[in-house]
Amino acid sequence: MLARVQEAAFDFAAEVTAFQSTLTRSGAVVSFTGLVRDDTGSLDHMFIEHYPGMTYAALQKIADQAVEKFGLEKALVIHRYGRLQPGEAIMMVATAAAHRKDAFAGADYLMDYLKSRAPFWKKELSKDSATWVAAKDQDEAALAAWSSESAAKES
Amino acid sequence: MKLDILYFAWVRERVGHSQETYETSAATVADLIAELVARDAGYAAAFADLSAICVAVDQELCDFNTPLIDCREVAFFPPMTGG
Repeated sequence: MLARVQEAAFDFAAEVTAFQSTLTRSGAVVSFTGLVRDDTGSLDHMFIEHYPGMTYAALQKIADQAVEKFGLEKALVIHRYGRLQPGEAIMMVATAAAHRKDAFAGADYLMDYLKSRAPFWKKELSKDSATWVAAKDQDEAALAAWSSESAAKES
Repeated sequence: MKLDILYFAWVRERVGHSQETYETSAATVADLIAELVARDAGYAAAFADLSAICVAVDQELCDFNTPLIDCREVAFFPPMTGG
């Protein structure tokens, strides 16, 4: 639906307000933003690499799937790349639906798919180390849970 | 067949460059990987553990059995870490 890939920071509050102002049939908006987290207190910055030729289409596809699956009126995904400081916002999603359950589930679904199906790679850089963030088994398990849920509904 | 091959994240670092144009007659992604691994130690290191490698052919995620017929761009990268 609405997807953006950008290096620049975004204004979370302004994005949610703008998103909300275009709605015509929703009673619920859920928004989420992910920040650069410093687990050890030694993170200097994070570098996010992406696949420019593929990223936008991947975000668009994930957002479209969420809209379809949960009957959302609209979904918004903004994801940044490049150099980010601890505490900076990396990405955000917003979903709008008639009722809150679909809006929450839609946002949760978007986040699970963005984690492992959007072509971004995070590198954590500290004074004396540079480490690529590894994908977790639980990320794939989360996707499997969404597809087994759909299979259960269809059968 | 001439392909653009792209590498991202630590795959890029091990291979030593982010992009190249490569002439190949490989029939599938797996055949292409076998050719690349034979080129030098950097490629061999990048592709040492195939369970840690994802591939996109013409910007669509796919698997190692995917045929390369009429394809123009292949990208190799570790599992994605968006969000």
